[in-house]
Amino acid sequence: MQGAIDSTPVVTGHEVAAHEEHQDLRVLGLITFLASEFLMFAGFFAVFLVFRGSHVQWPPEETEVELLLPAVNTLILVSSSWVINLGTKAIKKNDLAGMRKWFGITAAMGAIFLAGQVYEYMNLGYGLKTNLFSNCFYLTTGFHGAHVFIGLLLILGVLWRSRRANHYTDITHTGPEMAEIYWHFVDVVWIVLFSLIYLLTLI
Amino acid sequence: MSNASLDAIAAKSDQPFPGAPNNWRRFFSFSTDHKVIGIQYMVTAFVFFLIGGLLAMVMRGELITPEADLVDRTVYNALFTMHGTIMLFMWTFPMLNGLSNYLVPLMIGARDMAFPRLNAAAFWLVPVFGTLLMVSFFIPGGPSQSGWWAYPPVSLQNPTGNLINGQVLWLLAVALSGVSSIMGAVNFVTTIFRMRAPGMGWFRMPAFCWTVLSAQMIQLFGLPSLTAGAVMLLLDLTAGTSFFDPAKGGDPVLYQHFFWFYSHPAVYVIILPIFGTFSEVFPVYARKPLFGYRFVVVSSLIITVLSAMVWVHHMFASGTPSWMRMLFMFSTMLISVPTGVKVFAWVATVWGGKLRLDTPMLFALGGLVCFLFAGITGVMLGAVPFDIHVNNTYFVVGHFHYVIYGATVMGIYAAIYHWFPKMTGHMYYEGLGKLHFVLTFIGVNLNFFPMHPLGLMGMPRRVASYDPEFAYWNVIASLGGFLLGVSTLPFILNIVSSWVLGKRAPANPWNAIGLEWLIPSPPPVENFEEIPIVVSGPYGYGSDESLVANNPAGELISEHS
Repeated sequence: MQGAIDSTPVVTGHEVAAHEEHQDLRVLGLITFLASEFLMFAGFFAVFLVFRGSHVQWPPEETEVELLLPAVNTLILVSSSWVINLGTKAIKKNDLAGMRKWFGITAAMGAIFLAGQVYEYMNLGYGLKTNLFSNCFYLTTGFHGAHVFIGLLLILGVLWRSRRANHYTDITHTGPEMAEIYWHFVDVVWIVLFSLIYLLTLI
Repeated sequence: MSNASLDAIAAKSDQPFPGAPNNWRRFFSFSTDHKVIGIQYMVTAFVFFLIGGLLAMVMRGELITPEADLVDRTVYNALFTMHGTIMLFMWTFPMLNGLSNYLVPLMIGARDMAFPRLNAAAFWLVPVFGTLLMVSFFIPGGPSQSGWWAYPPVSLQNPTGNLINGQVLWLLAVALSGVSSIMGAVNFVTTIFRMRAPGMGWFRMPAFCWTVLSAQMIQLFGLPSLTAGAVMLLLDLTAGTSFFDPAKGGDPVLYQHFFWFYSHPAVYVIILPIFGTFSEVFPVYARKPLFGYRFVVVSSLIITVLSAMVWVHHMFASGTPSWMRMLFMFSTMLISVPTGVKVFAWVATVWGGKLRLDTPMLFALGGLVCFLFAGITGVMLGAVPFDIHVNNTYFVVGHFHYVIYGATVMGIYAAIYHWFPKMTGHMYYEGLGKLHFVLTFIGVNLNFFPMHPLGLMGMPRRVASYDPEFAYWNVIASLGGFLLGVSTLPFILNIVSSWVLGKRAPANPWNAIGLEWLIPSPPPVENFEEIPIVVSGPYGYGSDESLVANNPAGELISEHS
């Protein structure tokens, strides 16, 4: 029984001193949600792999993918994960200007990624309806793009809120932290997506 | 700790005090109090239960004669589609979310859920997607007719040619329901992990909270699959893709995998909180501790894990290769082990107890009997040869109605009666409650037992007309169906009249053990004057051990008890 007591979450008098004060569990909630959201992408990837396995030529002839632009895009998105991390590190040292700078750069990198994605869509020469491969291609990249867009809005939201002095400090930085976690999530999804849809065509 | 908690305070301060009279308006507001949201969920869900029940009675009216004479066949298709969809997505899920919402924070000694505003947003999506689904009755072509599975290629047909058709509205409603459920699941899991009162270790947590945790974890891993499937089906239907369209190279069986990977575990999302209710109710009315508490709660988690590995048993007749059938037959049989552990534990709890046959106990016992019967037919259906024989017959319909009505709805009634005094501060009328039980129990068996012989005789499901040789059992089933309709009347009368006029309920009318029974009925805003310090496990019936080291109700308890 002693062990059971030890595993009790720490709810000390400090956290619930006032009736109205609640614990801040937003980071844990976000991670739970993203774990679930990742499984939705897993479903889309599973469909892609099933169709890949049941077709002799995949991708079919008229729907090849371009590699150079997505590779550059990958580089931009993956490195932006480091940039946003510098931003949250800055705010943990109470360096608001630093955080604003790094978050601004991350937002710009995200915007460049999205612009690259749109450019790719417009120059591929095939659309959503062309065949099963293009169905999967636009579905996965489109859903990922939508998530990047939401991440971009979160980062811009953090920047907007950081105008107020002392809104984010070395103690209160849950907002930037959550934006960072979300941004890492779209990054990880992209790495899987890029490996499956682009790199697998090389084999 | 951060800005969000400050915002939460601002949102809270506008709220009327729940204990104050004439503040029924709070139930129509964007309240962030988990108790208000719980009741909002339950009442909304019950309204949809009545709608879904009316649709079922029209179907039973049609089936009372062999000919298709009461409604058109296409209307009949729409009826069973909407009946299934409403009963699952708008009755059982929201109802159980409501119960869990009300009870979990009270049972673990928390003042609210982890994310009160997210909680409210998740609830308010229910009327939104409910309305969306209801709208499909009034558009050209009517509601979806492809059953609650919406299997392609049937669900890909669009006879009216309109962009807004019944199937599209169905898909949007189901997707929104998924969003709402995910919001709820994130909230429950976080709350149970991090907001338990001091001293409440995992194995001091009431079994109900364990089952809610297990059920909500299923939502987290299962729902993304349904959402993904629904998104692709929606694109096939509206944007011209061909994921599931065999005419254009797509794979319709793939959709079945997506659908059942969620929708089979979903039945555990429904039944697990009912298992929790049984585990709470039996000890109280048998005056004995829950038998094998640790086995009971751990078997919930085992069910959660196994539930992810059984979905193909819905697809034995979908061209599934035989090695896969064998595998899923085995895993399906396996899941009856933790379920059997629970059933034995409940029987052992009741065995030799000082039984008090109040309405909650009657419903729980009735529910257990129905569940046992459904479990036996479930194991039969899990065996491939038998399943191939009765696939798509009324045997299957009978089996899952015993689970969903016999066990789940009766379990829900048990929970409502058991916690009604706590939620409203009034006692219900015992006589009306017992009448409700008798009508429901007879109705369930009259309605759903005949489906088993019908299935064995070969009557297919989802048909508006049938061979006259099936008429005998169908007439009995239809009479049972109408009786079930009638059975809701004493319930509604009981709930409404006792909520308004009933005797005041004390803090602990059943002499039950649990944190929720230590505070006044109804619980005040923020539940606990003082956060309880838990010093012993649940279900300490027959022992002198105290559950808590302090008085979580503060001064309030003396006024009410």
